[in-house]
Amino acid sequence: MKILVPVKRVVDYNVKVRVKADGTGVETSGVKMSMNPFDEISIEEAVRLKEKGVATEVIAVSMGVAACAETIRTALAMGADRGILVESAVELQPLAVAKLMKALVDKEQPQLVILGKQAIDDDMNATGQMLAALLGWPQGTFASKIEISGDGISVTREIDGGLETLALTLPAIVTSDLRLNEPRYASLPNIMKARKKPIETMKPEDLGVDPTPRLTLVSVAEPPKRQAGKKVGSVAELVSKLRTEAKVI
Amino acid sequence: MTSLVLLDFEGSEIKQPSRSAVAAALKLGEVHVLVAGHGIDAAATAASQLAGVTKVHKADSPVYDHSLAEPLADLLVSMAGHHDHLLAASTATGKNVMPRVAALLDVQPISDIAEVIDADTFIRPIYAGNAMATVKSSDAKKVITVRAASFDPVEATGGSAVIEDVAATAASTMSKFVSAELSKSERPELTAARIVVSGGRGMQNGDNFKLIDPIADKLGAAVGASRAAVDAGFVPNDYQVGQTGKIVAPDLYVAIGISGAIQHLAGMKDSKVIVAINKDEDAPIFQVADYGLVQDLFTALPELKAELEKA
Repeated sequence: MKILVPVKRVVDYNVKVRVKADGTGVETSGVKMSMNPFDEISIEEAVRLKEKGVATEVIAVSMGVAACAETIRTALAMGADRGILVESAVELQPLAVAKLMKALVDKEQPQLVILGKQAIDDDMNATGQMLAALLGWPQGTFASKIEISGDGISVTREIDGGLETLALTLPAIVTSDLRLNEPRYASLPNIMKARKKPIETMKPEDLGVDPTPRLTLVSVAEPPKRQAGKKVGSVAELVSKLRTEAKVI
Repeated sequence: MTSLVLLDFEGSEIKQPSRSAVAAALKLGEVHVLVAGHGIDAAATAASQLAGVTKVHKADSPVYDHSLAEPLADLLVSMAGHHDHLLAASTATGKNVMPRVAALLDVQPISDIAEVIDADTFIRPIYAGNAMATVKSSDAKKVITVRAASFDPVEATGGSAVIEDVAATAASTMSKFVSAELSKSERPELTAARIVVSGGRGMQNGDNFKLIDPIADKLGAAVGASRAAVDAGFVPNDYQVGQTGKIVAPDLYVAIGISGAIQHLAGMKDSKVIVAINKDEDAPIFQVADYGLVQDLFTALPELKAELEKA
């Protein structure tokens, strides 16, 4: 079975982002970028399926600026077999990414696509569901456990009140949640080996997709700042303040 | 302009996040709601009483049991012709279904809106809530999920909407519900609670969460947790408050043994009053806390319990 895993290059999750003074966006120049944490989990899961003999090939895909090739290299160092870079100067929103991914699925014919549940930059949580819709495939979102048996896949999902398990027919879409696995670190020898693995580069036009964004960013602002609070000296003082000053208990 | 809101419900209760989604939809014009499930008379009646709602579309069929994304999305798409805006709360169901609907309609969904500016323009948090983006949609139809904590829910009573049956779409053969394992709790639901008491890595183990229980009971509060506490296995993962867990905005949020990582703050920093109890006076949580107490939680929690029992 072939598995396709899209990976996104995002501002590192440890970076405290800054809104640009002119309100046109978030400062990204000179900021540390890395693979979206949920995508690391997806790659890890795909590689584990390969190690178990379930998957035969893992293809990492990234879309955006040329630097996304680095993100693909990271996926290759973790164990993916080859990469595909869809280079676009235009900002790619989830609808465009889902359409590009559909074109790649049509071309590569994987049985499974594993995506992260959301990217930590736009926080959309949409691409996997949209890809499933475009392909007419079932979706197992927010997965914390997957098991493949024959032509089906069992997906345990994190829902609001706990967990639920679904049985999906293959081919299918899975989006990974945090507790699906603990991604491995790429070892130095594997990083070296990854340099030799192939990355194919293409453009949205090559896949017949119009990537024009449907959402226009009007402005970006800082969230409202909280008033500075105060330290209290004891539990008794805290409770009395909550009762008489804040009046919340 | 009419909006259609997909409701989450349980028995005869329309869930609070969905009532917040209705509140957001009312800012756009007339509001219809959709209840889909099997044996849902009570839910449809409850939906008809939601303040401001004019019509309830009721899709009663075994196909909609367990809210599977594939048939629910098909149902919403079949109804999209009459509605300019399709909305749902940003719950596990809303987030699962709405992007699928959007792709089927060839539109870009707008996730987790925090404010409605006009029919095309919305404000939504990005980068774990560290920036607020104003976005304008050029799509003919808008498919939206609503951040419940940002809108006051409509009243559960006072409305008198008509109930209309909708034909069910075909069952999906692609996906099947197998089982569910729900955490049992007699406390209020995390996203709807007026007071939330959360523990973090500082709690050290799951047993110590019992120290929080009497305090939560005394306050009528829900219990939450940071990702660190969930990952360490102290509590189940549906307790998690944060960017990847639940977003809450209660009147009072008490963070105990939580350092205050960006990811956690994204889930609670819109709370009205924040209290932090932490022995590390440099913990980032103190930068957002209205009241901070620098003390070991293992001495503070028993004291807090005693103090609350006094009055």
